[in-house]
Amino acid sequence: MKKATLSPYILWSSLFIIVPLLLVVYYSVTIETPEGIELSLENFKKFFEPIYLKVLWRSIILALISTVICLILGYPAALILAGKSFKRSNTLIMLFMLPMWMNFLLRTYAWLTLLEKNGLVNMIFQAIGLQPLNILYTETAVILGMVYNFLPFMVLPIYSVVSKIDRSIIEAAEDLGANSLIVFLRIILPLSIPGVVSGITMVFMPAVTTFVISRLLGGGQFMLIGNLIEQQFLFVGDWGFGSAISVVMILVILVSIGFMSRFENEEQGGRLW
Amino acid sequence: MLVILAVVVAGFYVFRDNRETIYVFNWGDYIDESVISRFEKETGIKVVYDVFSTNEDMYVKIQAGGSSYDVAFPSDYMIKRMIDEDMLEKINFDNVPNYKYVDERFKDLDFDPNNEYSVPYFWGTVGILYNTAMVDEEVDSWDILWDKKYEKQILMLDSQRDSIGVALLKLGYSLNTKDIAQLEEAGELLKQQKPLVLAYVVDEVKDKMVAGEAALAVVWSGDAVQGMAENENLAYAIPKSGTNMWVDSMVIPKGAKNKEGAEKFINFMLSTEIAYLNTKHVMYSTPHTEAKKMLDEWILNNPAAYPSDEALENTETFQALGDVLREYDRIWTEVKAR
Repeated sequence: MKKATLSPYILWSSLFIIVPLLLVVYYSVTIETPEGIELSLENFKKFFEPIYLKVLWRSIILALISTVICLILGYPAALILAGKSFKRSNTLIMLFMLPMWMNFLLRTYAWLTLLEKNGLVNMIFQAIGLQPLNILYTETAVILGMVYNFLPFMVLPIYSVVSKIDRSIIEAAEDLGANSLIVFLRIILPLSIPGVVSGITMVFMPAVTTFVISRLLGGGQFMLIGNLIEQQFLFVGDWGFGSAISVVMILVILVSIGFMSRFENEEQGGRLW
Repeated sequence: MLVILAVVVAGFYVFRDNRETIYVFNWGDYIDESVISRFEKETGIKVVYDVFSTNEDMYVKIQAGGSSYDVAFPSDYMIKRMIDEDMLEKINFDNVPNYKYVDERFKDLDFDPNNEYSVPYFWGTVGILYNTAMVDEEVDSWDILWDKKYEKQILMLDSQRDSIGVALLKLGYSLNTKDIAQLEEAGELLKQQKPLVLAYVVDEVKDKMVAGEAALAVVWSGDAVQGMAENENLAYAIPKSGTNMWVDSMVIPKGAKNKEGAEKFINFMLSTEIAYLNTKHVMYSTPHTEAKKMLDEWILNNPAAYPSDEALENTETFQALGDVLREYDRIWTEVKAR
């Protein structure tokens, strides 16, 4: 019985996850030669040229910066949302989720118009006598776009973990004389770590592979690894090299997940998904 | 599971559209959309319409297969490449009587010398669109795109051949050079230019220039005409040292499922009224002799739309490059990854 209910999932994931992954690996380790298809690591060797490593490095740095900003902004927000004193947290959660109902591309296009030299943000700045802000087509704009788009992925997992903390533990600590700082440091913070871990993973992964945000808000000047992959498939038609970069990316993400999961507390099932 | 599958499959059969269909693959914003529904109404053939943003984009999609298009709209050098790689069907011109309206100047061009595979749709040049409120000198050379005065006010095309082409022209080389040293030199020039560039864009360039977001932009002439119609401060210049002249044509890719439908569509696009509607809408330069006569004075006199023969004297068309294309890709990646 158990087997029967499981089989559609197995079929589904092998068809749409395992097979495509194997194809990517296949393309990455083969090259086309006049004599036919040959096994080769040529594609990977190409990736380790300085110019492509630089692209990888920039992607990782930008994704890390965005993740840190998301954490700094998201952690207090999640605490406030989960705090008992806050009666309207459901409304606030809705407000966090609401933009996610809109298409991601549209939201990024909206920033494009907002940040323009003669855009809305600068019009408001000038009206209240501030210096105009020229950040469109800079790294700042790319980071802003990432933080804006991925912030909910940080807030929601932390929120779901923190709101599940047993209030009586906190009350017990207070009874034993802990002030609110100690309560936070010794109880809330350690218990919220699983949420922070999944938040970091969920922000870092899409941030490190994005190609739309860097193209639109970076004006094509900040080539990230996602852009490089897109370019290989859509413009150059070099599937081998594109697949090799994808494989490297999968490894980077696997390593970072493995690293993060060491901090995860097994007993607290704090993942959002 | 099986039951669901059976219902879904049955559903497909019942609701499947049995009408004759053609698949059309065109540049974004490159047709008067009403033309499509008129074609459907007049012929009863359903049109599935897709768009692309660069020639390379289109080529890779057609080459990868999976989707078989009946009509596509590549540019000159890409047509040559597709002919060389046996990716195009010969068109039966008996089914395209309206071909007679095409200006002789656009027949038998280099990329299709006997005119067997392609029917011209629009043509134009590459030039500099500039805002006269921000640029008060005369624009007649590519050098202005390297002038530090315009730091962060320059828009370049996010298109390998066009941008590297601009650098080659500035250096006085041919647009079709296969000399790696010359290409490297062009790449260096683009790297030097990068700090001055506001962004590398394709579709957004017109809106950005109309909104006054930048002073200078490398554009295709049709975008210039559209921009100038919306903002009177904009002007277009073809540098004296020459530029690229291009032709976008309609072709039938190999593997087209409905070749006759495709020929009907091409013929329809060449009828005078339809060609006029398209020209009026996209504002690129038409090779259609009758449609051109119907245009308003202001557009006929616009040097961006219909440049003088003198301005076209120095122009060069793109040729297919073969393997050198890989070098283009490497150089362009180096410029952008910098």
